[in-house]
Amino acid sequence: MSAPLIIFFVLAAVAVLGAMSLIIQKHPIHSALSLIVVMVALAGLYLLMGAEFVAAVQIIVYGGAIMVLFVFVIMLLNAEAEERTDFSKLAKFAGLPLTLALLGVLAAVMVRAGPGVANAAHPGALADTRSLSTMLFTNFVYPFELTSFLILVAILGAMVLAQREQK
Amino acid sequence: MVPTSYFLILSAILFGLGVVAFVFRRNIITMFMSIELMLNAVNLAFVAFSQALNKLDGQVFVLFVIVVAAAEAAVGLGIIILIARNRRSLNVERVDLLKL
Repeated sequence: MSAPLIIFFVLAAVAVLGAMSLIIQKHPIHSALSLIVVMVALAGLYLLMGAEFVAAVQIIVYGGAIMVLFVFVIMLLNAEAEERTDFSKLAKFAGLPLTLALLGVLAAVMVRAGPGVANAAHPGALADTRSLSTMLFTNFVYPFELTSFLILVAILGAMVLAQREQK
Repeated sequence: MVPTSYFLILSAILFGLGVVAFVFRRNIITMFMSIELMLNAVNLAFVAFSQALNKLDGQVFVLFVIVVAAAEAAVGLGIIILIARNRRSLNVERVDLLKL
């Protein structure tokens, strides 16, 4: 077994265990910390694939900014361990079968498409940041400008939502 | 070199775990975090395909997905703060004003 394969399996195990911990933990702050573990493991996988800029953005934006926002809101609202309620009859009887059906469909699609996925050996040094940024500012310049507009709208929306109403 | 299909299988597993977390949890913040988990799984598939096809488009799309996730987190957490302030609970099953 080669070194990249071993690194892949270690990081994949960390990511899957973190995601399971997200489901199992009762307190939201523990779930948030498990999600940070998943995101750092995914950043390692991006590095393994040679996408170093995406890995850096994953750490800075996801692991840093977004998760800090989550932890901040959890602490601001003083969230406690979640209570078990069973109000919804539909969820009680249809939830598990529908979830299993969705996972079955996903697995079936993957098994059917399995041989078609390219497993070509690829040369490294594909995703250097220079060509990525060239692409972002030439081919994708209009979507890029649109995302800046989206960020502006999101800032305004968050401010309007979070402010207290004036009496 | 790690085969691309391994990354895709891991992506599907993570997406499935995100769906399971979204369905089974009652806390609105945890449900929101499981959406982020699903977005991360999709990002992993994007980067894997980008590497397999030797094209950079997938990685550019990952950047866009991250930007949209950041905007979504800002607005969504604002909505969560409002819900918690009005309903005095973070349990989604107590947010049932539209229910008959």
